[in-house]
Amino acid sequence: MELIYPYIFAFLLGLAILIYVILDGFDLGVGLLLAFEKTQEGRDTMVASIGPFWDANETWLVLAVGLLLVAFPFAHGMILTALYIPVFFMLVGLMIRGAAFELRVKMPEAQRPLWDGVFFGGSLLTSFSQGFMLGLYVMGLVWSYQTVLFAILVGVSMGAAYALMGASWLLGKTAGALQARVAQFGRPAVALTALGFALISLGTPAVSQRVFDLWFSIPNIFLLGWLPLAALGLLLFIWRQFGLGSWTGLKSWRAFAASALAMALAYTGLAISFFPYIVPDKLLIVEAASDTSALFVILMGALGVLPIILGYTIYAYWLFRGKARSDGYRYRMTGA
Amino acid sequence: MEALDLARIQFALNITVHFLFPSITIALGWVLLGLKFAYARTGAQTWMHIYALFAKIFALSFAFGVVTGIVMSFQFGTNWPGFMETVGNVAGPLLAYEVLTAFFLEAVFIGIMLFGPGRVPDWLHTLATFLVALGTSLSAFWILVLNSWMHTPAGFEMRDGMAFVTSWAEVIFNPSMPYRISHTLLSSGLTVAFFMAGLAALRWVRGQQGQDVRRTLQLGVGLGAVLIPIQIFVGDLHGLNTLEHQPHKIAMMEGVLETQEAAPFVLFAYPVTAEDRFEVSIPGASSFILTHHRSGPKSQVLGLNEFLESGQTFEDFPVTKVFWAFRLMVGAGVLMLLVSWLAVWQMWRGGQGLPRTWMIHVLAAIPAIGWVATLAGWYTTEIGRQPWLVAGVLKTSDAVGTTPLSALIFTLIGYGIVYALMLIFYIWVIIRLIRSRPEQPLFQPKPGALVPGAAHGVAQRASAGA
Repeated sequence: MELIYPYIFAFLLGLAILIYVILDGFDLGVGLLLAFEKTQEGRDTMVASIGPFWDANETWLVLAVGLLLVAFPFAHGMILTALYIPVFFMLVGLMIRGAAFELRVKMPEAQRPLWDGVFFGGSLLTSFSQGFMLGLYVMGLVWSYQTVLFAILVGVSMGAAYALMGASWLLGKTAGALQARVAQFGRPAVALTALGFALISLGTPAVSQRVFDLWFSIPNIFLLGWLPLAALGLLLFIWRQFGLGSWTGLKSWRAFAASALAMALAYTGLAISFFPYIVPDKLLIVEAASDTSALFVILMGALGVLPIILGYTIYAYWLFRGKARSDGYRYRMTGA
Repeated sequence: MEALDLARIQFALNITVHFLFPSITIALGWVLLGLKFAYARTGAQTWMHIYALFAKIFALSFAFGVVTGIVMSFQFGTNWPGFMETVGNVAGPLLAYEVLTAFFLEAVFIGIMLFGPGRVPDWLHTLATFLVALGTSLSAFWILVLNSWMHTPAGFEMRDGMAFVTSWAEVIFNPSMPYRISHTLLSSGLTVAFFMAGLAALRWVRGQQGQDVRRTLQLGVGLGAVLIPIQIFVGDLHGLNTLEHQPHKIAMMEGVLETQEAAPFVLFAYPVTAEDRFEVSIPGASSFILTHHRSGPKSQVLGLNEFLESGQTFEDFPVTKVFWAFRLMVGAGVLMLLVSWLAVWQMWRGGQGLPRTWMIHVLAAIPAIGWVATLAGWYTTEIGRQPWLVAGVLKTSDAVGTTPLSALIFTLIGYGIVYALMLIFYIWVIIRLIRSRPEQPLFQPKPGALVPGAAHGVAQRASAGA
């Protein structure tokens, strides 16, 4: 019975990261797309669409790093020491994005384009660093010219995937001319994301014989082969959605649902590749786990509280449903 | 410079900048809730003007607190891997419970609190304000439980160099926890009180003398005057608790080098660690505060000499830092007591419910006094814990990671630049808020509504924010 705790926590950790990637993914994507929207009103609307949610979305990252720290202290040490510098850049990115979020409405209005630029820069730095870390993790946390090049490519793809999430989110949250402009950002993002998916799908088996055998042996190739095919199908579906020309009601949310699902599938594929390792081919989940009695205490808390957190998170999304407005900030400065 | 020093400087820089923001949000959340109740009871728009101004400051502080807090959650692992490897079974669940019970609560409901007006019923907006305040306080609770445990660990046993919990009740209700939490929460209250009073005073001096400015000034001064004597009392209890569990810290705070009876309270000393130092002191006062005896055997105070291991000198302890940090905190506290009580006296005696003009200028000069006291007190207790990370269990030097020196220097400079810019813009925004005209009301009562508190519903969108 006790042997199962590390796996439960590996699952919870994976779930927290996946929820973070989807939720803050669209926040970061909106930040990335700010650079391509020319009108101030359009940018205001885009930022307003994530205003009530971003704080809570970022909290999933804190939960994820907390679970890693708490449940797998040895993996935490190994991963974060190897990724010390990219972690630093991600944290700087998160800080300047968060600061720009507040400052763009609280500093003089003439400075707002500047703060939108900072917002974009923070989102870019965060997205790229996260992708870079994923790339290096896939390569077994080894720093060499090849692995860093691979990590850079994954970093760019991660930005594309987040931009795709952001564009899909905005398709549902905006209307009229802005919605049409947002839709144009969608297709390039889909293409780059597909490239990124392909890159990781080929890179992972290329560096690990174990992963190669896992995916390309019989019968596994038939059992698992549907995963990449389904992801490809979803990307094609999203491609079509962005080209529709008119998005109303629930239809406008199809692209977002499909993007979230595609991210979840890609993520599941990675999880299958690395199980039962927590650091690819180096450290097993069971080897990295901490004492089970502490894990039990956390698990009870998590099982009791997570449904409530999910409940009020969903409620908040429902409460702020509907199209975003450029004056979505209730506490705008008057005068000054 | 060794990696240990750099890791400590980096962590201290991060936690110092981070701590500025919760110092405001913990108490400000409850003040905002109070403002909502005041509005519901009286229907006076003034309360919502004040709410609107301070909700902006809350949002700014909250966002800055969240992003600097994320850095901290990573630095626990990157800078102090030995911490989790040794006491992870205690620290892990406490940190996890903080995220699960507090962090999500505040992060979700702040969305409703900030973007809800005009969109949700007023009762829900009040509820969201309450849950945000509750979340920030709960968050402080879990963090301070862990922090207290690091000073006075209890409810665990060591096996194979790792701590295992034997009683969660003893871990949570460890000996210094009640004192530390009360002292810290009160310090947040005082930070907010003098910040509000200071901001209002600055606006007053600039010629904005409307009803909302007067009310804010009265609120801040009144809150400060009520909290400061409680804080001094609780601080004294906390000091006695520290004397019981960490006597070497008290010896450093008091600057008592040799064990003595009738120990004086040293106001000034230079250099602190020298036996033949220059000092200004009040005879017997330290003994009286710590033992409640002015002289005789019962007035004995343990000196730092009792804690020297062979070959160590006083310079091996951070005596000077702790000594002066403690004096800075006490000095700020005394100033807060004098200013707030005198201001209240003037408000009561003067005709218009306001302090004298010179007193308003004094208040305008010290909006950050609470932060000064909080950080000085924080430094006193945390530096005073050294060389231990967890008292008697784990030394700071044994928890430090293997990050190369060059990476530490690079990231330290990077964080330093980001934090400096954040603080500059934080202050800039607050100056802008002081200069701005009174806020638009957040809630505009429906024409003909009888009960002001019940009037603002889903119907009014937009009109307030434009």
